[in-house]
Parts: sequence; structure tokens; C-alpha cells
Amino acid sequence: MRKNKIRRFRYFEEKFFKVLMIISLIAIPLLTLSMITTIFIRGHKVLTWEMVSSLPGGGFYIGKEGGFLNAIVGSIYITGASALLGLLVSIPVVFYINIWLKETSRFAKWVRTIFDVLFGVPSIVYGAFGFTIMIYFGLKASLGGGIIAITLLIIPIFIRSMDEVAVRVPKDILTAAYSLGATKTEVMFVVLRQIAPGIATATLLSIGRAIGDAAAVMFTAGFSDNIPTSFSQAAATLPLSIFFQLGAPQAAVQDRAYAAAVVLTVIVLVLSISGRIISSKFSKHKV
Amino acid sequence: MTSRFRTYKDLAMGGTMQFFLWLCILPAVGIAVGLFLKSLPVLSEHSVSDLLFSSEWKPIKGKFGFLPFIISTLGVTLTAVVLAFPISLFSSVFLTEYARPYLKKYVFPFLDILAALPSVIYGVWGTLVIVPFISKHIAPYFVDFSAGYTMLAGGIVLGVSIIPLLTSLLMEIFSTVSNDLRIASLALGATRWQTAKKVIFRKTFPGIVAATVLSISRAMGETIAVLMVCGNSPIVPHSLLDACYPLPALICNNYGEMLSMPNYEAALMFAALLLFLVVIIFNLISRLILRKFNS
Repeated sequence: MRKNKIRRFRYFEEKFFKVLMIISLIAIPLLTLSMITTIFIRGHKVLTWEMVSSLPGGGFYIGKEGGFLNAIVGSIYITGASALLGLLVSIPVVFYINIWLKETSRFAKWVRTIFDVLFGVPSIVYGAFGFTIMIYFGLKASLGGGIIAITLLIIPIFIRSMDEVAVRVPKDILTAAYSLGATKTEVMFVVLRQIAPGIATATLLSIGRAIGDAAAVMFTAGFSDNIPTSFSQAAATLPLSIFFQLGAPQAAVQDRAYAAAVVLTVIVLVLSISGRIISSKFSKHKV
Repeated sequence: MTSRFRTYKDLAMGGTMQFFLWLCILPAVGIAVGLFLKSLPVLSEHSVSDLLFSSEWKPIKGKFGFLPFIISTLGVTLTAVVLAFPISLFSSVFLTEYARPYLKKYVFPFLDILAALPSVIYGVWGTLVIVPFISKHIAPYFVDFSAGYTMLAGGIVLGVSIIPLLTSLLMEIFSTVSNDLRIASLALGATRWQTAKKVIFRKTFPGIVAATVLSISRAMGETIAVLMVCGNSPIVPHSLLDACYPLPALICNNYGEMLSMPNYEAALMFAALLLFLVVIIFNLISRLILRKFNS
């Protein structure tokens, strides 16, 4: 009798948790779709070509003519420059950890942990700290400041995601190259070819993070209605443009925030999807 | 001749790379030192416990009590984790223990996108969906009126934003468990859920804790999304349906305008330092646990 009861309970328990699991699993795509559709439904009816192709006009902030081209271009400048800088700085670091340091090196282990930890530093901390540094040197919020803050923010992402690919490169390849008499520098280029798709995905990942970040650029890059022509001028960014316009009392201005949100979402979706395509396509041809 | 050149080139390369490595680590140390130096003025006038446990926030009078902001941060974060943890745990168990491998292919893109969406988009979604929902459908049962900009709204938005991180970390941890253990457990007649509960969870318990702590620290630093939905009033929140004001939002809202008041900047820098230290410590602990797990 009792055995039967236990069996029935176990059966019930199994079913119960399985249902919970399926509900949770369904929640993930539902939430994603809810977010994307909300943004699109609210934004597509107010998004016009004028908004993405023109600068804010005179009465922009009370709902008159103009668009947010300043924010789009500002975001592209900041993201592009910091992605380049970030790549330049982090590729050597990844190679140093993986080729110059031994596999068993404790130092390499610690370096990885340090970058993992830095990955978690909130962007507002970078922003606030960057701003104090800039005040200290008498600088105003500018394109250059924004680029540096965002570069610092994405370096850990770059390093950790490239490193994850670099670690998986078969050690036999390195050994084979060494046995042919190659130096570490030459081996580096062999590995570079192996992790090229990894670098591409890491770049897309970092760009996605960089373009969406608002807290780090709020104080360092500032905001401006014009497209910056030098590093010392303030630059607008898409997330901040959304944030500021959404805070405006006029509905017409808020509408633009929703339109800008559509633009930002589309950019991020394209980056994310192409990143996945690249990593799945190229991983087939790896040794 | 050429071989000597190659050796020198190799040495120079190694040196340059090491330089870059330090270049990347240095800013972190710089931030810690810089924030500390910057917050010294306020630390010299008030004791740390005074700053942390006083709830009087009157910058004009030079009173900086961080309690409302600390409670808000903890409240929002806790709500987020309570909401996100079951979803992440159950779906990662399902994906690793129940489902066939191909299901991952369909779920991962969604997690990817959820992780990639910027926090300002989470904020817009929160103001368009979550805030009105709370105002119309949840708040009326508990309070007379609420505009919806509450701790609960912040918690929900944050919760969704940590689901991708938590889920992928948990899946990684569960997949480190040796298949022999699963097979042994199933062979003894355990159901799959019993196997998960009594074998997988027990074996990976430190890892689960570490993953949760890691996502807590991620949630703590989230700024714009929470700022947009949580109401921002500097009083200690008493329920989920009160407005709240987490630390990152405080820094973000006031940083541009603080120069006219003495010590205001130092106080905000102290807030940033607090955030930085808590996040670093949480991260370090959980990363060390996870590192042990994966090796």
C-alpha cells in the first residue's frame, strides 16, 4: 500500500516539476518576443525617414521638426572607435595569456579571473570615475572621453570572449609549429588564423554592448545636437537620446524616443544574429 | 643572423604584450584608488556606519544617509533574483537533463538576444508594459493608488535582464556533472527530477550559489533600466509597491549637478566606491568558486 503511495507521489512530483520547467522554458522566448514586439509596435508608427536622416531642428525638444541623426552618428563614432581601440589592446593580451604564458601558469589563471571580475564592474562606475578624471584634467564631456570610457568597459568582454576561443585551440597545433622551429611570435599567427571567427564574434558582442550602454557615456560623452567634428566636442548617443526624450513631458518628443528605440533594437538584433551566424558557420571549418 | 633577429623580435613582442596586459589591469586599480581618494572628504566628516545606516538624505545640509538607497538596491536586486532564479534553474535543468540537444539551438538565440538588448530598451519595455500592468492589475489589490513606478517594476525588469546570464551559467555548471552519476541514479530507479534534485543539485550546490551571486552583482550595477521604472524617491521603501531609489540611479541622476554643494560629489563618489567594492567582492568570490568547478 505504502509503496504504491510513494510511487504515485514520485510520479506526481516528476510531472509537476516537468510542467514548471516547460513553463519556465517557454517564458524565455515569450519575454524576448514581448520586448521586441512592444518596442516595434510602439515605435514603428512614429518612425519616419526624416528622424533617422536629419539633425534636431530648432523646436525639436518641444516636438517640432528634426531627427536624431546626431545620436546615431555619435553612437557609431563612439562604438567604432572604442571597438578598434579595444581590439588593438586586447588581442595582444589574449595571445600573451595563451602563448607566452605556460598552460599551467598560475599567473594566467589569475589574469583570467581578474578580467572576469572586471567584466562585472557596472558601467556607471566607469562613467562616474571617467568624469572625475576629466574634471581633474579640466576636460569637458567629449567624444574622446566617451570613447575611452566605453573602451575600458568593453576590454574585459573582448579579452574573455576571445580567450575562451583561444583556450580551445588544440595544443598539438602549437607543438607542431614549435617543432618546425617557429618562435612564439610566428606561432601567434598560426593561432590567429584559428581564432579569427572568435575575434569576429567577440567584436560583435562588444559592439553590441558598447552601442547600448548609457551610464558610461552620460557624463563622459555628454550630449549635443550636432555631429561632433573633433574628439573634444560633446557627442550624443542613441541610448541617451532615448532616455532624455522619454523624460520629456510632450508626447511628440516621447514618440521620438520610441522611434529611436526601434533603431537601436534593430542595430542590436542585427549584431547579435550575425554574431551567432558567424560563430556557427566558421566553427565547422576549424581544425 | 636571421635567427637572432627572430629571437629579438620574439622578446620584443613578449615585452609589448605584457605591457598591454598591465595597461588593461591598471585602470581597475586606478578606479579603486581614485574613488577612494575622491570620497575622502565625506569619509573624514562622517563615519562609515553613519553614512551606511542613516536614512537622512539632505545634501544641502550636508547630511548623507545612504540607507534608503542601500535598502532600495538590496530590495530591487532581491526581487529580481527571486523572480529570475526559478525560471533560470528550471529551464537550465530542462535543457541539460530532459531535452534533446537540438532544443538548445532554438532557445539559445532568444537568450542571446535577451542578453544583447541594451538596458535602455529594457527600461522602455518596463515603462510600456510592466509599469502600466502593475498600476492597473497588481497595485489596486494592495494600495489605493500607485503609478506603477515601484520597486516591483524595477525588480521585474532587472530579473528579466539577468535571466540570460543566470541560465547560461547554470547550464554550464550542470553539464560539468559526470554522466556516470546520472546513469547510476537513474539505474537505481530515481526519476529524472529526483536525479536532478538529489544528484545534480547536490553535486553542483556551490556552483549554483556562485552563479546566483554573480547575477546578483550584475543586477546591482544596472542603471538606466531600473532608473526608468523604479520611481526614484529618496525614502526607505517599505513594500514592493513603494517607489525606490537604488545607488546607481542616485549617481546617474545627480552627478551632473553636484558641484555647487560641498561634499555632494564626495558622497556620490562614496556611493560609486561602495557599488564597485561590493560588485568586485561578489564577483571575485563567485568566480573563484566557478573556476574550481570548471577545472
